[in-house]
Parts: sequence; C-alpha cells; structure tokens
Amino acid sequence: MKLIVNGQAAYAYTGGKPLDPALPCVVFLHGALNDHSVWTPLARYAAHHGHAALALDLPGHGRSEGPPLPDVESLGAWVHHLLDAAGVARAALVGHSMGSLIALEAAGQQPQRCSRLVMVGTAWPMKVSDALLNTAREQPAAAMAMVNAFSHSALAMPPASPGPGTWLRGASLALMQRMQAGTQDQTNLFLHDFQVCDRYAAAQAAAERVTAPAHLIVGRRDVMTPPKAARHLAEWLHAQVHQLDAGHALMSEAPEAMLAALKTALA
Amino acid sequence: MAGPADPGFDTLALHAGAAPDPATGARAVPLHLSTSFVFDSTEHAAGLFNMERAGHVYSRLSNPTTAVLEERIAALDGGVGAIATASGQAALHLAVATLAGAGHHIVASSALYGGSHNLLHYTLKRFGITTTFVQPGDHEAWRRAIRPETRLLLGESLGNPGLDVLDIPAVAEIAHDAGLPLLVDATFVTPWLQQPLALGADLVYHSATKFLCGHGTVVGGLLVDGGRFDWERAHAASGSQRRFAELCEPYDGFHGMVFTEESTVGAFLLRARREGLRDFGACMSPHTAWLILQGVETLPLRMQRHVANAARVAEFLSSHPLVAQVAYPGLPGHRDHALAQRLLPRGCGAVFSFDLKAGREQGRKFIESLRLFSHLANVGDARSLVIHPASTTHFRMDDAALAASGIGPGTIRLSIGLEDPDDLIADLTSALKAAAK
Repeated sequence: MKLIVNGQAAYAYTGGKPLDPALPCVVFLHGALNDHSVWTPLARYAAHHGHAALALDLPGHGRSEGPPLPDVESLGAWVHHLLDAAGVARAALVGHSMGSLIALEAAGQQPQRCSRLVMVGTAWPMKVSDALLNTAREQPAAAMAMVNAFSHSALAMPPASPGPGTWLRGASLALMQRMQAGTQDQTNLFLHDFQVCDRYAAAQAAAERVTAPAHLIVGRRDVMTPPKAARHLAEWLHAQVHQLDAGHALMSEAPEAMLAALKTALA
Repeated sequence: MAGPADPGFDTLALHAGAAPDPATGARAVPLHLSTSFVFDSTEHAAGLFNMERAGHVYSRLSNPTTAVLEERIAALDGGVGAIATASGQAALHLAVATLAGAGHHIVASSALYGGSHNLLHYTLKRFGITTTFVQPGDHEAWRRAIRPETRLLLGESLGNPGLDVLDIPAVAEIAHDAGLPLLVDATFVTPWLQQPLALGADLVYHSATKFLCGHGTVVGGLLVDGGRFDWERAHAASGSQRRFAELCEPYDGFHGMVFTEESTVGAFLLRARREGLRDFGACMSPHTAWLILQGVETLPLRMQRHVANAARVAEFLSSHPLVAQVAYPGLPGHRDHALAQRLLPRGCGAVFSFDLKAGREQGRKFIESLRLFSHLANVGDARSLVIHPASTTHFRMDDAALAASGIGPGTIRLSIGLEDPDDLIADLTSALKAAAK
C-alpha cells in the first residue's frame, strides 16, 4: 500500500492482506541498500496470524519516494509519521541491521508506542571502516560485492524467499544493485546508508528510554555484526538474545529459526 | 580495498547450493526421489502453501535435489535463481508463457535452433503469440521489429548452426531502450564460456541436455533470471499497453498476489514457478537433476578440452581442400571473429558447421564413412557427434529460411567431444577421402 508521509509517497508491503490498523501491528524495517522484500515471508506470516503487517521501503529505497533521510534519528521520526498516516497507534518494531538501529531509535523516541522491540543482525556501535567507506565512495559496485560476500556465511542454504532454487548471494547482490540504481539524483545510496549506520551515536540514550520487551536475534556466524558486538545493546535493553546458525542475512539463511525467534518475540 | 569475494567459478561448480547432508553426512548431493514432502503440522502446511515459509511440497514445484542444480546454475550464470525444466524447449516455453499471452509478440534472431524456430514460428502462433525473425547481426532490424505488443527479445549466444555471435550488449541495449527484456539461449556456450547476464541479458536458458550434463544421458532445461530487469518500471512506462501485467498486477491464481511486490528481484521466477511450473507441469525429474549435477561439477575441465579439441578440428577442416568453408568464430575468417574475441574470450564452444565443396550426395557419403563420430541429433556429448541439419534438425524450414539461418544443403554440423583430437582428425580425414571417391 502507498501512504503519504511528510508529503512523499511511502510504500508498505502488508503481507498479502489489506492493513487493519485495529490489529496488533508489526513494522518491519530493512537494512542498508535493501527494501521490504527481505521481510516478505515473515510479513506474510504476521499478516495471516492475527497481526497487521507493515514491511516498509525507507525513503529513497525501492518504491518510497524522497531523498534518503540523513540519519537514524530522522528515520526513527519518519517511522512514527508513517504510523500516523496508517492510523496505527502502537506497533512492534522489527529491524534488520541498519533497520535495527532505526527500530531502536523509534522505540526510544516514543516508548509508549512500541509494544516490542526486535533487533536482528544488530550491533552498536555499527562502525564501518574508513577503507570500506572509501571503496563505497569510489567503487560502489566493488564495495557491494564485498559486503554481499561478508553477509553470507555459506554456499548452501535452506530454501528461502522467494522459494527453492533461489541463489541467495545472487539475489542479495541484485537487490543492492537495484536499490543503488533506483535512487534519485544519482545518490550513492550504498555510501549514504553505511554512513547512517556509522554515525549513529545515540543508541544508549534510546535504549534507556525503551520500555517494551526487547529481543536481539543474531547470527552465530555473522562477521558484519558479530554477536559480541550486540552485548551493549543486550545489557541496556535487558533483551532476550536468540543466536541463530547464520551469517548476517539471517532472514534468508535461517528462515525457520528466524520465524521461531520472531514468534517468541511477538508472543 | 581488498576484501572478501565470492568463490571462483570452479569452486561454485562443485559447491554452490550444496553442503554435506545434515541428516546422513553424505558428501555428494543426495538424490531425493520423492514426489512429496511431509508437513510438520497443519500450520506448517498452510504456511508453505501461503508462501509464509519456504520449503518443498511436491516435486512438480520444487525438489531438494533439483533445487541444488537450480542454485548452482544461477551461481555460475550470475543470476538470482533458476528453474529446472523437463527440457531446454520447456525452459523456453516457460520463459515465453510467463511474459506473453495471446496478442503479444516476440522479436527473435533468425539463427535459432530448429526446435526453437518451430515453437516460435508455428506453435506459439496457434496460441496468439507471433514472432518476427531478424538477422542477429542487424541491429537496426531488431529495433524496427519491436512493436507496442512486443514482450521479449530472444537470441542465441552462438546461433545454431552457423555460429553467429550474438552481440548481447548491443541487443540488450536495444531491448532496454524499448523497455523489454532480452532472453538468451546459452546452450552452446555454458556459463564457463560466457555469462550473458553480465553482458546485459536479463534471462538465460540452457538445454542442460548438452554440455551441462555433458554425457548424453538425460534431457533437461534450466531457466535463469538475472534479477536486474525492472518489470515495474517497464510496466509503468508502457501505459495502456500494461506490459508485464502478469508480474506487476494482482494475480487471481494466487489470492491477488503481485509478484513484483512479493520479490523485488525474483518476481519473474516466482510467477514462472507458481504459475508456469504449477500449471504446465514441465518439471525436471530429480534423477535428471542429479545426473546434470554430476556433469556441472566437471564443467570447467570438460569445456576447456571441448574447446581445445574443437579449435584443432576447425583449423584442420579449414585447410582441407574438400572443405568450402568452416563456420567457427574462433577462425579469423569467420564474420563474427572479432565479436567472438570480445564476448567469448575463453573460446567459441565445440559445436560448429562446415560445408563440403561437393554436394548433398558427398555429404551423405562423408557422414556414413565416419567411424568415431556418431551420427545423431544432439550436441554437447562427451563423444563427438555429426549431423546434416537440412535433413534433420532444420528439415521443416524451407530453403529461404534455411539460408537465413546460414544453412546450405551440404552443411554438416559437428559437436566435438573429449576424444584424443588426433583420432578425431584421422576419422575426418578418412571420411573426407571416402566422400571424394
């Protein structure tokens, strides 16, 4: 569905059912250079099991208009503006990687509005090396290939979205390339998103305001956001930590374990 | 910055999509000869049917062994995924049927495998899909042939049997300028010689029966999606033509699913599997997939030998006094030699044709005098093969269509195998001598 947020069209995938704002809502937030499609099976599950699902395309990503927003703080505020536009009073916030920081920030900005906080493939600080930022600036295609290789932990995975026969590394890289190619004004979205992650400094303050139960879902073999890099978040949020046998692309590398962890988090 | 990278081609040919079996420890890919797969619970079953979860339900739609092959070819071709089909013809049909229906149109190279020509020129016409054929090297003809109702451009990496080299970057640009995808038949090249997706093609298919299997044992096809074509953008730009509504508008056959919303880069494969494979049913047997996987594991090694042998045989024939011409782009005299050097730097495959200076009767005597080459209708076997296209693979085409495809009445097609090249040349020498008598 399309919503107007701050005067710009924003896209939200609703899991194959029309949005019913009266149902308990789950908001899914994607990571850098991704879109809603990394969440579609989980959003479908939520929508068909008693929830209203909103898997968003962040501004400047996929089907959502506008320039990409400059920092996690403004993206957190944008989530609340989107919930206002959708008529949703309260929601569980589920984010992956960069999206996990946005979920945290949004939960910290309006704690009463967040029923659950679920941070997937997360870390704080989410620092990006100067070398990678420079490569992202000068050779974004090469940097995307590197990050894609970093994000996957094996050459064989269980069936994942959109189904058997999907080569996850290829699908993940193609999605990044599509997002990079689709930006307005030739924005280097890859560099932008990585800078957004790198610069976010307010995690502790946000975490200390969060009142909702929090869950961290991390990949045991994740080298982008290794489990130990989430320990501060776990401590500040008093979070339940789920360690899955996966790399950074948890939703595609361990879809069944991811669903089980999400069900626990939303219960 | 030096950083992590995906494994190289030879590694992917062995490992992509497969790991030791967690249930048994089996290192080789297990052969799952099972029509169907049990559900954990009614909720699990409902989740699989509703695409809340990914898994195997019924082997017409997917199978664990077949999925390994699909992932592996997608990895080797640089795609997002693949669908294994009952044959190469089924892969072509699945691609067309996913994107086109009655009233739609295809622009295709005239230098196609005879079976593809039959499907496009005769059979699909019955279902309301028409095709305009153009010379593959005539870029202006490709451009001129595109109509509002066109849905697809189609060519072969190496045209059959004249080995016209498709200028994929140029034809892809023409397609993309018109908001259309380019589908390439890469059967003769395999991903080891060329990755059409990296050159700009959007979809690739293979008759896996040939070099991918490599041993002449099973028939199968593979359809690979590059995931780069933006169906929604093309749909929006086409206005009232509603191009690719099949992917971009709600599908009644799956609760109003919009495939491009469901998967930004996998929409084509999703529809092809959820409609085309489900309803037309031309799936690959897992046993076939398993045998093709055996071939793919040694593809880099075999293709090197195929190409080296073919280059030697082509060179031999090109200097033989009874041979009028050899259509092999690896030879400097071929019209597409320069293009081949650019697009096929590892070699021009192992299938090519040549013309005897003498006529049809001498051609017959030549084929019947061969002892090591097998006279049959296939290519890409480990063994060397020979055929007379005008009387076999392309026999339904009239003389004009044959000429347009670069086939003369005396054209002979060879598929060079993995034998000792000296033995192949000795066999050809002997048969040419017999034909000259």
